[in-house]
Amino acid sequence: MQHEQTDTIVEKPVSIIYSWLGDRIFLTIVVALGLSIILLAGAMAWVLTEESGMALKEFGVIGFLTGTTWDPGVQFLFGALPFIAGTLITSVLALAIAFYPAVAVAIFIAEYAPRWLGHIIENLVHLIAAVPSVVIGIWGIFVFAPWMRDTFYYPIYEWAANHHPSMLPILGSPIGYGMATATIILALMIIPFTTALTRDAIRQVPKEQREAAWALGATKWEVIRMAVIPYSRGGIMAGAILSFGRAIGETMAVAMLIGNNNNLPFSVMGPAATMPSVIVNEFREAVGNLHLSSLMAIGLVLFVVSLIVNLVAAYVTRKLSITGGQSI
Amino acid sequence: MKTLRQRNTRDNLMVGLLYASTILVLTPLVIIIGYVIVNGISTISIEFFTQELGSPSRAMQGRPTGLVHTILGTLVVDSMALIMAAPLGLGAGIMLSEYPDHKLNPLLRVMNDTLNGMPAILKGLLAFALVVKPMGAFSGLAGGVALAFVMIPIIARATESALMTIPWSIREAGLAIGLPRWRVVLSTVMPAARTGLVTGFLIAFARAAGEAAPLMFTSFGNNYLPNRWTGMIFGPVDTLPQRLYSLAISPYKEWHAMGWAAGVVLLVFVLGLFFTGRVLTRQKFKV
Repeated sequence: MQHEQTDTIVEKPVSIIYSWLGDRIFLTIVVALGLSIILLAGAMAWVLTEESGMALKEFGVIGFLTGTTWDPGVQFLFGALPFIAGTLITSVLALAIAFYPAVAVAIFIAEYAPRWLGHIIENLVHLIAAVPSVVIGIWGIFVFAPWMRDTFYYPIYEWAANHHPSMLPILGSPIGYGMATATIILALMIIPFTTALTRDAIRQVPKEQREAAWALGATKWEVIRMAVIPYSRGGIMAGAILSFGRAIGETMAVAMLIGNNNNLPFSVMGPAATMPSVIVNEFREAVGNLHLSSLMAIGLVLFVVSLIVNLVAAYVTRKLSITGGQSI
Repeated sequence: MKTLRQRNTRDNLMVGLLYASTILVLTPLVIIIGYVIVNGISTISIEFFTQELGSPSRAMQGRPTGLVHTILGTLVVDSMALIMAAPLGLGAGIMLSEYPDHKLNPLLRVMNDTLNGMPAILKGLLAFALVVKPMGAFSGLAGGVALAFVMIPIIARATESALMTIPWSIREAGLAIGLPRWRVVLSTVMPAARTGLVTGFLIAFARAAGEAAPLMFTSFGNNYLPNRWTGMIFGPVDTLPQRLYSLAISPYKEWHAMGWAAGVVLLVFVLGLFFTGRVLTRQKFKV
């Protein structure tokens, strides 16, 4: 069979249709498919802008972004500030909580763990990202939030009530479903992204860099501190930014745990809301066109924020030319 | 100047901290998976896979309920998504890897990464505007489109990197015996890279299968099996992640238990795909 085929190719001159036209057609199809992805990304921007037009016209762009009232029931006033604030606060805090453990795990995998153990831990960390966020959410609702409430929030709240009543509004009601709970779960969920990029970056540190530090008589930690971490700073930064992007867009687990309170000011333990959580909670039930359009406008804000974060991450990655960034 | 002992103490301290962080990060994972499995397994029965959910009273009165419509719906919607996403992702991957100097490539790469980094819920909004609004109804098709948006950038990237691992000499060999370029790609490069391609599909599928956010307002959800099978495509359809969310936030104890069971099924489904993908990748590197 193989032989026959070779013969025919040698004997017959390759037809123009087969090669010249075939190549054109193939290239056209491939480019058309590639182009449709470009169009898709464009369509996302266009659709969100178009659909949010009504809300943005009604309240003005600045008015919408700085509006603090979100009232779809009575006043039909829609302002995005509570959700923007909620998203930024939870994401920044989640990143702050997740950053050091995530980098530590990466250092442990790359530098300390034996190969087999490193492999297992790496896969387990990837597994955290693979667990669907609703599954983490249901555990959060029935196990984690009540446990946090009984173990931490109640005692803290009681202590504050007895000793510093002025702190109570800052702490907020200790129902378990609120900003603190959502932020902790969010931190857990974004760890894999920082870890993956940090580990990739550490792998790329040249041997000479370490050997130079060893030759100066550094201890193992000092080698990491002086040679490895500074060299892989770019990868760590990119990982952190990417994790931040993930935190901004994380929807289900946050929507299930944050308690969904659309009114500023938010408190530490009390319920709050984020941009994705308000969309997922209200979009299904939204009836008024203005309400729908306002939710689309929140989507547009989310789009712009994610876009900026992604572009910054891409810039940092490219600037420091650390390949990878492709996570699970 | 620190003494050597101080430095060694510091060294040991840091090792301890690294161990502690690793344990700290992995403990919640073990706890979550453990809780879901222990709580879920006890609710899973034959009825869970053969009955539809029905109204809450059905569960509260102890009549048989299950999630057969949800499991079927998940398979239908996810497969539709894969069918729609595969050609686009493959095409873009081929374009990036086989035609590296095409003028559109830098733009395509940026757009693909942008799409990949966008929150899944925005893909749901896009599918809502593109499919649900013109059709005037929530449908499995819209859910499939939304999930396809989730899969496309992942498949495109995976395809690109899978094809890139094939050395150029293989392509040159094909061109040297007179094969046109498209035959080189389809008959030599892609078969050689098939493990990587399949892994890409699996990982994209696993990622999309766990997404609930884009489905909330596209496939919407449904407590019953549709009357005809076309209802799975043109009518509202239940899917596991979205049903899990609805069960978890419902006020009924019986439904909470079913939520845990749905969690087990979803977890096994997604992690099964994930591990298959991982095992395939490892084989690829061994060869």
